[in-house]
Amino acid sequence: MSSLSRDDVAHLAGLARIDLSDAELDKMVGELSVILESVAKVQQAGAEDAPPMSHPMPLTNVTRPDEVRPSLGADAALAMAPASELQRFSVPRILAED
Amino acid sequence: MSTATTEPVLSYDEALEKFDPVMGLEVHVELNTKTKMFCGCATEFGAEPNTQVCPVCLGLPGALPVVNEKAVESAIRIGLALNCEIAEWCRFARKNYFYPDMPKNFQTSQYDEPIAFNGWLDVEIPAASGDGTEVFRVEIERAHMEEDTGKSLHVGGSTGRIHGAEYSLVDYNRAGIPLIEIVTKPLRGAGERAPEVAKAYVATLRDLLRALHVSDVRMEQGSLRCDANLSLRAKAADGQAQDDVPLGTRTETKNVNSLRSVERAVRYEICRQAAILDGGDKVTQETRHWHEDTGVTTSGREKSDAEDYRYFPEPDLVPVAPARETVDELRTTLPEPPAQRRKRLQADWGYSDLEMRDVVNAGAVELIELSVEAGATPAGARKWWTGELARRANAEGKGVDEFGVTPEHVAELDRTVKDGRLNDSMARQVLDGVIAGEGSPVEVADARGLELVQDDDALEAAVDKVIEANPDVAEKVRSGKVQAAGALIGQVMKEMKGQADAGKARQIILSRLGVG
Ligand SMILES: [Zn+2]
Repeated sequence: MSSLSRDDVAHLAGLARIDLSDAELDKMVGELSVILESVAKVQQAGAEDAPPMSHPMPLTNVTRPDEVRPSLGADAALAMAPASELQRFSVPRILAED
Repeated sequence: MSTATTEPVLSYDEALEKFDPVMGLEVHVELNTKTKMFCGCATEFGAEPNTQVCPVCLGLPGALPVVNEKAVESAIRIGLALNCEIAEWCRFARKNYFYPDMPKNFQTSQYDEPIAFNGWLDVEIPAASGDGTEVFRVEIERAHMEEDTGKSLHVGGSTGRIHGAEYSLVDYNRAGIPLIEIVTKPLRGAGERAPEVAKAYVATLRDLLRALHVSDVRMEQGSLRCDANLSLRAKAADGQAQDDVPLGTRTETKNVNSLRSVERAVRYEICRQAAILDGGDKVTQETRHWHEDTGVTTSGREKSDAEDYRYFPEPDLVPVAPARETVDELRTTLPEPPAQRRKRLQADWGYSDLEMRDVVNAGAVELIELSVEAGATPAGARKWWTGELARRANAEGKGVDEFGVTPEHVAELDRTVKDGRLNDSMARQVLDGVIAGEGSPVEVADARGLELVQDDDALEAAVDKVIEANPDVAEKVRSGKVQAAGALIGQVMKEMKGQADAGKARQIILSRLGVG
């Protein structure tokens, strides 16, 4: 499962709406395969006795103060969307009220 | 989509004769933090669309959320005020769903580890005997932290209503605003008082949240929203305990966004479900939408297809483990409980039981408190909030706080009357102007040229003229029938085109006639 084809990466890039040049595609095929192989090593660990955990670090209460930080701005935010109108993201119709 | 389709309903009395209602209330409250739950974006209401968004709340790849400490603090204070236990350790969870109101395809919420749980809130409703109040204890299941969703605008389609919409436009300013969801345990035993209890619960909760200063609690702006779950079960047979009768299928009514609607929506669902069950059919488990204008609920999506949210612990956030000292410290910041507070305020303000009940029913306790703080007299504040404003609120099916009139406005209005600048009828005109958005009371009075004539010479001249024109009445007053002066005062006011101080006019009349 860890071998990734160039078509797979092109397909994923399409789903994620990321434009990749041919050179970038080639590079990503190699890099993503290495990542997948590394992650696959986890499957070799004997996990029978280990309790499930949701976070790799034994940290709690990581918070930030309630202070406003600059936002992206509507133009920058909407530039990433395939379609927009009235300064809002345009999406396929949805059926319930907010 | 047509909302005109009316479903059969049973009369309320008949429904209650045959069935026992069980309610569950879910209240979502938007916190008034300056920033969002997991990012530093501002939370201003009414900002231009998509101006308060960033990589975190837009769910862009690689963005990392960090919890707002103030939001956690508010959540704990809410939990404590609701007499809940506070979790020693709890996590956030991803609630997965595919719906564009959350750009991440999940909502960060809490699942089986809420920050607060097992509490209660006592609510007061007028006693069935009509004398005093009775207390109904609402058990709280949990209060958990989550984030609000974006707002959608539906475009196209023949009717403009959502089902005809061809596409939707989304504004993510609201996505990520801290939200506390407060869920009750099933409320049983309220019987025919169920709709009233529901309303009183939301009102009490609203007052409590307001007193905690954790939210604007403005139902009309959506910062406090209520979903009402309701089911009916058969009335217990003779000798059977009502709680031995199994619960019926419930519906969840959304979009109930005023206190009055909470009561109406619960009442409507009781009558609608009763008609279904009475006809031998089954209630469908579903989400229903409340329509304020027509006073009915209509079917939304069926609940079953949305139930599988594949919750799992949020890997991007670490657990929240409030230290017991922190919790104890926050406990000391709690306001006094609402019922106790009402008793204290009633004594401070010198209101009768009846006056206080009107104040509570109008949802004006906090508003009057703020008005008095802003300089209004208790009597003046009560007069405006439970008189003129409550009258308009009833007529328009709104809350007294939904006219854009603030406690500061009421204090200013009260002051202008006390100072003798305006009389009552002028003050009501000024209030019209404030509601119409013309500015503060003084600004409205200035702009509309409303002012009592302070010119004593003019008033005295008017009095003399009226006495001369009414020698019979004047004689009566002179001979001691002081109440006859009323007729003269009326004419003086007319002479002054309403722009005089009636009290002063009376004084001058009486002194002119030798009885003052
Ligand atoms: Zn943000």
